[in-house]
Amino acid sequence: MKLKELESCLQQVDAFEEPKILLEQYPTSPHIAACMLYTIHNTFDDIEGKLVADLGCGCGVLSIGAAMLDAGLCVGFDIDDEALDIFRRNAEEFEISNIDLVQCDMCALEAEAYAKKFDTVIMNPPFGTKHNQGMDMKFLRAALTMAKTAVYSLHKTATREHIQKKAKDWGVKMEVIAELRYDLPASYKFHKKKSVSLYTVSHHSEADISCCNSQNTFQLMINDFYKWFYLLFTYANLKK
Amino acid sequence: MKLLTHNMLTSHVKGVTNGYPLLIKATEVKVNDVEFNPEFISRMIPKLEWSALVKAAEELGHRQDLPGELVPEYEKNEEFLKKVHRALVEVEVVEGCLQCPESGREFPITKGIPNMLLNEDEV
Repeated sequence: MKLKELESCLQQVDAFEEPKILLEQYPTSPHIAACMLYTIHNTFDDIEGKLVADLGCGCGVLSIGAAMLDAGLCVGFDIDDEALDIFRRNAEEFEISNIDLVQCDMCALEAEAYAKKFDTVIMNPPFGTKHNQGMDMKFLRAALTMAKTAVYSLHKTATREHIQKKAKDWGVKMEVIAELRYDLPASYKFHKKKSVSLYTVSHHSEADISCCNSQNTFQLMINDFYKWFYLLFTYANLKK
Repeated sequence: MKLLTHNMLTSHVKGVTNGYPLLIKATEVKVNDVEFNPEFISRMIPKLEWSALVKAAEELGHRQDLPGELVPEYEKNEEFLKKVHRALVEVEVVEGCLQCPESGREFPITKGIPNMLLNEDEV
């Protein structure tokens, strides 16, 4: 499957009807999801025939993409039944059967019970802002416990140093594999009060990740869209 | 909920020391076609709690004739792998509940999704 094809399929995936602020339900854009999955699949071969977990799966765009790329099974975990209901409907519409869902709280999850059960963990975790400080790290910790081979996760650029330090503490190898422009619609009111920084974009990935120039950013800002850059990290447990 | 997922689920209700395997009480079960990937199934088998899988399949009436003990050289036995494939990823519990073997706490399964959330006093 080509990147464009994957992305256009993922555009059909329904997203949150009413995003919940406390759960930081930012949808993963089809573009980001497709780029992320395509890289994981083509560069690292960590999807096809693998047991994949998607933590904080929301409406399931990453899981559905992973299922399309022939994951053996992709299990989505989320706390929110409304998101899971949309996910279930999405999976039905796509007639995807190599997917399963579990409602649970990643923060209360005894990840040890899943230790190394999954080959790969993919996720776009809550970014750990506002009311959810440290949530991103809790997700990451759980993911690292659950994955045997690798974890692929999206994080804000601003947290890069912190995550690098944590990865070192935890004895895991961490690598930035892509810098992605995250198109985040102003879904919550407080976004509008925030200032927007512009970053330069560099490529660290072999995948064709397209980026817009700052002019586009400016236009999109006028259109009430704000931009951040998020990093796609891969983690691997050093002690395999 | 597929049985591969069930094979990984544990009850973590406060005070429970052995919340595995969860008992399945199904009121609706379906079998969904999933593409057969023998390499994937062979790779999953050694990671499974085999007896929990056999018990779960039995509870749902889909044990076929899966043996109580793993057969040797299963990776070359396509017929066997197909049966495991069916039990692991094709059989699904749509409605019912999972029961913690120790505390008896029930976790509902609705529209195929098990709800493993615990109340505040159970954590």
